[in-house]
Amino acid sequence: MATIIGGLTSSHIPAVGNAIHNKLFDDPYWKPFFDGYPPIREWLDHHKPDVAINIYNDHGLGFFLDRMPTFAIGAAAEYRNEDEGWGIPKLDPFPGDPELSWHIIESMVADEFDITSCQELAVDHGFTVPMQLFWPGAPNNPAMPRTVPISANTVQHPIPTLKRALDFGKALRKALLSFPKDVKIVVMGTGGLSHQLDGQRAGFINKSFDQMCMEKIVTAPEELTHISRMELVEKAGAQGTEFLMWMMMRGALGDKVVPLEKNYHIPISNTGAGTMLLECAA
Amino acid sequence: MAAEPFDQHADIPGTTIFDGKQAMKGYALNKMCYSFNSAENRAEYLRDPEAYFVKYGLADDQKQACRDKNVLAMIAAGGNIYYLAKFAGIYKLSVQDVGAQQTGMTTEQFKEKLKRAGD
Repeated sequence: MATIIGGLTSSHIPAVGNAIHNKLFDDPYWKPFFDGYPPIREWLDHHKPDVAINIYNDHGLGFFLDRMPTFAIGAAAEYRNEDEGWGIPKLDPFPGDPELSWHIIESMVADEFDITSCQELAVDHGFTVPMQLFWPGAPNNPAMPRTVPISANTVQHPIPTLKRALDFGKALRKALLSFPKDVKIVVMGTGGLSHQLDGQRAGFINKSFDQMCMEKIVTAPEELTHISRMELVEKAGAQGTEFLMWMMMRGALGDKVVPLEKNYHIPISNTGAGTMLLECAA
Repeated sequence: MAAEPFDQHADIPGTTIFDGKQAMKGYALNKMCYSFNSAENRAEYLRDPEAYFVKYGLADDQKQACRDKNVLAMIAAGGNIYYLAKFAGIYKLSVQDVGAQQTGMTTEQFKEKLKRAGD
Protein backbone atom coordinates (compact mmCIF):
# COMPACT_ATOMS: atom_id res chain seq x y z
CA MET A 1 0.00 0.00 0.00
CA ALA A 2 1.00 3.60 -0.44
CA THR A 3 2.69 5.42 2.44
CA ILE A 4 3.01 9.13 3.16
CA ILE A 5 6.49 9.71 4.51
CA GLY A 6 6.41 13.44 5.11
CA GLY A 7 5.61 16.98 4.13
CA LEU A 8 7.72 19.74 2.63
CA THR A 9 6.95 23.42 2.67
CA SER A 10 8.60 26.16 0.68
CA SER A 11 7.95 29.64 -0.54
CA HIS A 12 7.71 29.78 -4.32
CA ILE A 13 8.77 33.32 -5.16
CA PRO A 14 9.53 33.88 -8.88
CA ALA A 15 12.80 35.70 -8.07
CA VAL A 16 14.06 32.39 -6.63
CA GLY A 17 13.73 30.86 -10.11
CA ASN A 18 16.03 33.54 -11.47
CA ALA A 19 18.45 33.21 -8.55
CA ILE A 20 18.70 29.45 -9.20
CA HIS A 21 19.26 30.11 -12.90
CA ASN A 22 22.05 32.57 -12.04
CA LYS A 23 23.49 30.22 -9.35
CA LEU A 24 23.37 32.85 -6.59
CA PHE A 25 23.53 30.18 -3.84
CA ASP A 26 26.42 31.87 -1.99
CA ASP A 27 25.34 35.44 -2.66
CA PRO A 28 24.91 37.21 0.73
CA TYR A 29 21.30 38.14 -0.04
CA TRP A 30 20.32 34.60 -1.04
CA LYS A 31 22.52 32.35 1.11
CA PRO A 32 20.39 32.38 4.29
CA PHE A 33 17.43 31.25 2.18
CA PHE A 34 19.17 28.59 0.09
CA ASP A 35 20.90 27.16 3.18
CA GLY A 36 17.54 25.81 4.35
CA TYR A 37 17.41 23.23 1.57
CA PRO A 38 20.50 20.92 1.63
CA PRO A 39 19.44 19.10 4.84
CA ILE A 40 16.03 18.44 3.31
CA ARG A 41 17.66 17.18 0.11
CA GLU A 42 19.69 14.75 2.22
CA TRP A 43 16.49 13.42 3.76
CA LEU A 44 14.97 13.07 0.28
CA ASP A 45 18.13 11.27 -0.96
CA HIS A 46 17.80 8.85 1.90
CA HIS A 47 14.05 8.19 1.59
CA LYS A 48 13.65 8.44 -2.19
CA PRO A 49 9.94 9.22 -2.56
CA ASP A 50 8.27 7.87 -5.72
CA VAL A 51 5.65 10.59 -5.84
CA ALA A 52 5.47 14.26 -4.84
CA ILE A 53 2.00 15.75 -4.46
CA ASN A 54 2.63 19.41 -5.20
CA ILE A 55 0.00 21.68 -3.63
CA TYR A 56 0.41 25.21 -4.98
CA ASN A 57 -1.64 28.12 -6.22
CA ASP A 58 -1.69 29.14 -9.85
CA HIS A 59 -0.90 32.83 -10.49
CA GLY A 60 -2.48 33.33 -13.90
CA LEU A 61 -0.83 30.74 -16.13
CA GLY A 62 -2.97 27.59 -15.83
CA PHE A 63 -6.20 29.41 -15.05
CA PHE A 64 -7.81 32.76 -15.79
CA LEU A 65 -10.85 34.48 -14.28
CA ASP A 66 -13.11 33.06 -17.01
CA ARG A 67 -13.13 29.73 -15.14
CA MET A 68 -11.59 29.73 -11.69
CA PRO A 69 -11.59 26.36 -9.91
CA THR A 70 -11.45 26.51 -6.13
CA PHE A 71 -9.59 23.19 -6.05
CA ALA A 72 -8.05 21.69 -9.21
CA ILE A 73 -6.22 18.37 -9.51
CA GLY A 74 -3.91 17.48 -12.40
CA ALA A 75 -4.63 14.24 -14.25
CA ALA A 76 -2.01 14.35 -16.98
CA ALA A 77 0.96 12.21 -18.00
CA GLU A 78 3.12 15.34 -17.92
CA TYR A 79 2.86 18.97 -16.87
CA ARG A 80 4.33 21.70 -19.02
CA ASN A 81 5.94 24.83 -17.63
CA GLU A 82 5.21 27.80 -19.88
CA ASP A 83 6.13 31.43 -20.39
CA GLU A 84 4.66 33.54 -17.58
CA GLY A 85 5.53 36.82 -19.24
CA TRP A 86 8.48 38.04 -17.20
CA GLY A 87 11.39 35.93 -18.28
CA ILE A 88 11.88 33.08 -15.81
CA PRO A 89 13.64 30.37 -17.84
CA LYS A 90 11.18 27.71 -18.99
CA LEU A 91 11.74 24.18 -17.67
CA ASP A 92 11.14 20.81 -19.32
CA PRO A 93 7.83 19.02 -18.60
CA PHE A 94 7.39 17.27 -15.25
CA PRO A 95 6.32 13.59 -15.26
CA GLY A 96 2.82 12.93 -13.92
CA ASP A 97 1.09 9.85 -12.54
CA PRO A 98 -2.39 9.76 -14.11
CA GLU A 99 -3.36 6.52 -12.40
CA LEU A 100 -2.76 8.03 -8.97
CA SER A 101 -4.39 11.30 -10.08
CA TRP A 102 -7.65 9.56 -10.98
CA HIS A 103 -7.54 7.52 -7.81
CA ILE A 104 -7.27 10.78 -5.82
CA ILE A 105 -10.03 12.42 -7.86
CA GLU A 106 -12.39 9.45 -7.36
CA SER A 107 -11.71 9.38 -3.65
CA MET A 108 -11.99 13.15 -3.12
CA VAL A 109 -15.31 13.42 -4.93
CA ALA A 110 -16.66 10.36 -3.09
CA ASP A 111 -15.64 12.27 0.04
CA GLU A 112 -17.73 15.25 -1.15
CA PHE A 113 -14.88 17.51 -2.30
CA ASP A 114 -16.10 18.78 -5.67
CA ILE A 115 -12.84 19.28 -7.49
CA THR A 116 -11.92 20.19 -11.08
CA SER A 117 -9.91 17.55 -12.95
CA CYS A 118 -7.31 18.78 -15.44
CA GLN A 119 -5.99 16.64 -18.28
CA GLU A 120 -3.94 19.60 -19.37
CA LEU A 121 -2.42 21.97 -16.88
CA ALA A 122 0.41 24.42 -17.45
CA VAL A 123 2.31 24.80 -14.18
CA ASP A 124 3.84 28.11 -13.11
CA HIS A 125 6.54 29.20 -10.64
CA GLY A 126 4.29 28.20 -7.73
CA PHE A 127 4.84 24.60 -8.77
CA THR A 128 8.28 24.68 -10.41
CA VAL A 129 10.36 26.76 -7.97
CA PRO A 130 9.91 24.38 -4.99
CA MET A 131 10.61 21.41 -7.29
CA GLN A 132 13.91 23.05 -8.29
CA LEU A 133 14.76 23.77 -4.66
CA PHE A 134 14.16 20.22 -3.45
CA TRP A 135 15.39 18.40 -6.59
CA PRO A 136 18.10 20.55 -8.18
CA GLY A 137 17.99 20.44 -11.95
CA ALA A 138 14.31 19.47 -11.86
CA PRO A 139 12.74 17.88 -13.73
CA ASN A 140 16.04 16.48 -15.08
CA ASN A 141 17.16 15.05 -11.76
CA PRO A 142 17.47 11.22 -11.68
CA ALA A 143 15.62 11.15 -8.34
CA MET A 144 12.73 13.33 -9.61
CA PRO A 145 9.49 11.78 -8.32
CA ARG A 146 6.36 11.59 -10.42
CA THR A 147 3.97 14.34 -9.49
CA VAL A 148 0.33 15.24 -9.04
CA PRO A 149 -0.24 19.00 -8.97
CA ILE A 150 -3.09 20.34 -6.86
CA SER A 151 -3.94 24.03 -7.18
CA ALA A 152 -6.18 26.03 -4.85
CA ASN A 153 -7.58 29.44 -5.71
CA THR A 154 -6.02 32.39 -3.91
CA VAL A 155 -6.35 34.78 -6.87
CA GLN A 156 -9.97 35.78 -6.40
CA HIS A 157 -12.15 35.94 -3.29
CA PRO A 158 -13.98 33.99 -2.02
CA ILE A 159 -11.00 31.74 -1.33
CA PRO A 160 -11.34 28.53 0.72
CA THR A 161 -11.36 28.78 4.50
CA LEU A 162 -8.43 27.48 6.53
CA LYS A 163 -10.67 24.77 7.90
CA ARG A 164 -11.65 23.67 4.41
CA ALA A 165 -7.99 23.57 3.43
CA LEU A 166 -7.08 21.37 6.39
CA ASP A 167 -10.09 19.13 5.75
CA PHE A 168 -9.09 18.86 2.09
CA GLY A 169 -5.71 17.60 3.25
CA LYS A 170 -7.34 15.02 5.52
CA ALA A 171 -9.44 13.71 2.63
CA LEU A 172 -6.32 13.68 0.47
CA ARG A 173 -4.59 11.55 3.10
CA LYS A 174 -7.44 9.03 2.95
CA ALA A 175 -7.18 9.00 -0.85
CA LEU A 176 -3.42 8.48 -0.87
CA LEU A 177 -3.38 5.77 1.79
CA SER A 178 -6.00 3.77 -0.12
CA PHE A 179 -3.91 3.67 -3.31
CA PRO A 180 -3.19 -0.03 -3.80
CA LYS A 181 0.46 0.25 -4.87
CA ASP A 182 3.68 0.37 -2.89
CA VAL A 183 4.64 3.98 -3.45
CA LYS A 184 6.31 6.38 -1.07
CA ILE A 185 4.73 9.82 -1.15
CA VAL A 186 5.77 13.28 -0.01
CA VAL A 187 3.23 16.10 0.11
CA MET A 188 4.39 19.63 -0.65
CA GLY A 189 2.66 22.82 0.49
CA THR A 190 4.11 25.80 -1.36
CA GLY A 191 3.70 29.56 -1.14
CA GLY A 192 3.68 32.20 1.56
CA LEU A 193 4.54 33.18 4.04
CA SER A 194 3.44 36.76 4.74
CA HIS A 195 3.59 39.18 1.82
CA GLN A 196 1.55 41.78 0.04
CA LEU A 197 2.34 42.98 -3.46
CA ASP A 198 -0.59 45.32 -4.09
CA GLY A 199 -1.91 48.58 -2.72
CA GLN A 200 -0.53 51.18 -0.33
CA ARG A 201 0.18 48.32 2.07
CA ALA A 202 2.60 46.69 -0.41
CA GLY A 203 5.70 45.40 1.35
CA PHE A 204 3.81 44.24 4.42
CA ILE A 205 5.57 41.32 6.15
CA ASN A 206 4.57 39.93 9.57
CA LYS A 207 7.37 38.02 11.22
CA SER A 208 5.60 37.13 14.47
CA PHE A 209 2.50 35.85 12.66
CA ASP A 210 4.63 33.72 10.30
CA GLN A 211 6.54 32.26 13.23
CA MET A 212 3.31 31.46 15.05
CA CYS A 213 1.99 29.71 11.91
CA MET A 214 5.20 27.68 11.53
CA GLU A 215 4.90 26.55 15.12
CA LYS A 216 1.18 25.78 15.19
CA ILE A 217 1.19 23.94 11.88
CA VAL A 218 3.34 21.30 13.54
CA THR A 219 1.60 20.89 16.86
CA ALA A 220 -1.90 22.35 16.58
CA PRO A 221 -3.10 22.93 13.01
CA GLU A 222 -6.71 22.82 14.21
CA GLU A 223 -6.12 26.04 16.14
CA LEU A 224 -5.19 27.79 12.90
CA THR A 225 -8.63 26.99 11.45
CA HIS A 226 -10.07 29.66 13.77
CA ILE A 227 -8.37 32.34 11.68
CA SER A 228 -10.93 33.83 9.31
CA ARG A 229 -9.99 34.53 5.72
CA MET A 230 -10.06 38.30 6.16
CA GLU A 231 -8.01 37.98 9.31
CA LEU A 232 -5.50 36.00 7.23
CA VAL A 233 -5.40 38.84 4.66
CA GLU A 234 -4.92 41.34 7.46
CA LYS A 235 -2.18 39.42 9.30
CA ALA A 236 -0.37 37.62 6.46
CA GLY A 237 -0.91 40.20 3.72
CA ALA A 238 -3.09 39.92 0.62
CA GLN A 239 -0.89 37.22 -0.95
CA GLY A 240 -0.05 35.61 2.39
CA THR A 241 -3.32 33.73 1.88
CA GLU A 242 -1.09 31.18 0.14
CA PHE A 243 -0.68 29.71 3.62
CA LEU A 244 -3.80 27.73 2.70
CA MET A 245 -1.48 25.39 0.73
CA TRP A 246 0.45 24.65 3.92
CA MET A 247 -2.81 23.79 5.67
CA MET A 248 -3.78 21.39 2.85
CA MET A 249 -0.36 19.74 3.06
CA ARG A 250 -0.59 19.46 6.84
CA GLY A 251 -3.97 17.74 6.72
CA ALA A 252 -2.46 14.99 4.57
CA LEU A 253 0.23 14.14 7.13
CA GLY A 254 -1.98 12.77 9.91
CA ASP A 255 -2.08 13.76 13.57
CA LYS A 256 1.51 13.46 14.58
CA VAL A 257 4.51 14.83 12.73
CA VAL A 258 8.13 15.43 13.67
CA PRO A 259 9.61 18.74 12.53
CA LEU A 260 13.07 17.79 11.23
CA GLU A 261 14.05 21.03 9.50
CA LYS A 262 12.89 24.61 9.73
CA ASN A 263 14.19 27.80 8.14
CA TYR A 264 12.71 31.29 8.02
CA HIS A 265 14.21 34.33 6.37
CA ILE A 266 13.15 37.93 5.65
CA PRO A 267 13.10 39.21 3.00
CA ILE A 268 13.24 37.18 -0.16
CA SER A 269 11.86 39.54 -2.73
CA ASN A 270 8.76 40.96 -0.92
CA THR A 271 8.19 37.89 1.23
CA GLY A 272 8.85 36.21 4.55
CA ALA A 273 10.20 32.88 3.26
CA GLY A 274 9.50 29.69 5.21
CA THR A 275 10.90 26.21 4.63
CA MET A 276 10.04 23.09 6.62
CA LEU A 277 10.45 19.33 6.59
CA LEU A 278 7.83 17.45 8.59
CA GLU A 279 8.26 13.70 8.92
CA CYS A 280 5.21 11.56 9.52
CA ALA A 281 5.42 9.74 12.83
CA ALA A 282 5.65 5.98 12.37
CA MET B 1 -26.41 30.24 7.29
CA ALA B 2 -25.03 33.74 6.92
CA ALA B 3 -21.36 34.21 6.14
CA GLU B 4 -19.16 35.68 8.85
CA PRO B 5 -19.72 39.46 8.83
CA PHE B 6 -15.97 40.03 9.16
CA ASP B 7 -15.41 38.18 5.92
CA GLN B 8 -17.90 40.35 4.08
CA HIS B 9 -17.00 43.76 5.42
CA ALA B 10 -13.29 43.76 5.90
CA ASP B 11 -11.70 47.16 5.79
CA ILE B 12 -7.96 46.68 5.73
CA PRO B 13 -6.20 49.97 4.99
CA GLY B 14 -4.19 49.99 1.77
CA THR B 15 -5.70 46.68 0.68
CA THR B 16 -8.29 45.95 -2.01
CA ILE B 17 -10.05 42.63 -1.63
CA PHE B 18 -10.20 41.19 -5.14
CA ASP B 19 -13.70 39.74 -5.02
CA GLY B 20 -16.46 39.19 -7.56
CA LYS B 21 -17.18 42.90 -7.80
CA GLN B 22 -13.55 43.75 -8.62
CA ALA B 23 -13.24 40.72 -10.88
CA MET B 24 -16.19 41.92 -12.98
CA LYS B 25 -14.95 45.50 -13.12
CA GLY B 26 -11.42 44.49 -14.06
CA TYR B 27 -12.20 41.64 -16.43
CA ALA B 28 -11.02 43.31 -19.68
CA LEU B 29 -7.86 44.71 -18.09
CA ASN B 30 -6.96 41.39 -16.45
CA LYS B 31 -7.71 39.49 -19.65
CA MET B 32 -5.33 41.74 -21.55
CA CYS B 33 -2.64 41.20 -18.92
CA TYR B 34 -3.24 37.43 -18.99
CA SER B 35 -2.59 37.52 -22.75
CA PHE B 36 0.93 38.76 -21.98
CA ASN B 37 1.91 35.20 -21.07
CA SER B 38 2.58 34.91 -24.79
CA ALA B 39 5.71 36.55 -26.27
CA GLU B 40 3.84 37.11 -29.52
CA ASN B 41 1.13 39.06 -27.70
CA ARG B 42 3.69 41.12 -25.78
CA ALA B 43 5.28 42.11 -29.09
CA GLU B 44 1.90 42.98 -30.60
CA TYR B 45 1.09 45.18 -27.59
CA LEU B 46 4.41 47.01 -27.79
CA ARG B 47 3.93 47.74 -31.49
CA ASP B 48 0.67 49.59 -30.76
CA PRO B 49 -0.56 49.74 -27.15
CA GLU B 50 -3.65 51.81 -28.03
CA ALA B 51 -4.83 49.29 -30.61
CA TYR B 52 -4.23 46.50 -28.09
CA PHE B 53 -6.35 48.30 -25.45
CA VAL B 54 -9.21 48.50 -27.97
CA LYS B 55 -8.79 44.86 -28.98
CA TYR B 56 -9.34 43.83 -25.34
CA GLY B 57 -12.15 46.34 -24.77
CA LEU B 58 -10.50 48.31 -21.95
CA ALA B 59 -12.56 51.07 -20.28
CA ASP B 60 -11.18 54.61 -20.40
CA ASP B 61 -9.89 54.56 -16.80
CA GLN B 62 -8.15 51.25 -17.50
CA LYS B 63 -6.49 52.63 -20.64
CA GLN B 64 -5.32 55.74 -18.81
CA ALA B 65 -3.95 53.73 -15.88
CA CYS B 66 -1.98 51.59 -18.36
CA ARG B 67 -0.67 54.62 -20.24
CA ASP B 68 0.50 56.08 -16.93
CA LYS B 69 1.81 52.67 -15.75
CA ASN B 70 0.05 53.61 -12.52
CA VAL B 71 -0.42 50.43 -10.50
CA LEU B 72 -2.77 51.91 -7.86
CA ALA B 73 -5.01 53.25 -10.64
CA MET B 74 -4.93 49.85 -12.34
CA ILE B 75 -6.03 48.21 -9.08
CA ALA B 76 -8.78 50.79 -8.63
CA ALA B 77 -9.93 49.90 -12.16
CA GLY B 78 -10.25 46.25 -11.16
CA GLY B 79 -6.75 44.99 -11.88
CA ASN B 80 -5.51 41.92 -10.02
CA ILE B 81 -1.86 42.03 -9.02
CA TYR B 82 -1.07 38.54 -10.36
CA TYR B 83 -2.09 39.64 -13.86
CA LEU B 84 -0.74 43.18 -13.49
CA ALA B 85 2.65 41.62 -12.74
CA LYS B 86 2.70 40.45 -16.36
CA PHE B 87 2.09 44.02 -17.52
CA ALA B 88 4.91 45.18 -15.21
CA GLY B 89 7.14 42.47 -16.69
CA ILE B 90 6.86 44.04 -20.15
CA TYR B 91 8.45 47.19 -18.73
CA LYS B 92 10.97 45.16 -16.70
CA LEU B 93 9.56 46.43 -13.43
CA SER B 94 10.29 44.15 -10.48
CA VAL B 95 7.84 43.61 -7.61
CA GLN B 96 10.04 45.98 -5.61
CA ASP B 97 9.67 48.67 -8.27
CA VAL B 98 5.91 48.10 -8.22
CA GLY B 99 5.84 48.21 -4.41
CA ALA B 100 7.91 51.40 -4.36
CA GLN B 101 5.57 53.09 -6.83
CA GLN B 102 2.48 52.21 -4.78
CA THR B 103 3.98 53.38 -1.49
CA GLY B 104 5.61 56.55 -2.82
CA MET B 105 9.17 55.42 -2.16
CA THR B 106 12.25 54.84 -4.25
CA THR B 107 12.99 51.19 -5.00
CA GLU B 108 16.00 51.38 -2.67
CA GLN B 109 13.85 52.75 0.17
CA PHE B 110 11.28 50.02 -0.44
CA LYS B 111 13.95 47.31 -0.32
CA GLU B 112 15.20 48.78 2.95
CA LYS B 113 11.66 48.64 4.36
CA LEU B 114 11.46 44.94 3.42
CA LYS B 115 14.78 44.24 5.08
CA ARG B 116 13.69 46.01 8.28
CA ALA B 117 10.69 43.65 8.54
CA GLY B 118 13.21 40.97 9.51
CA ASP B 119 14.50 42.90 12.55
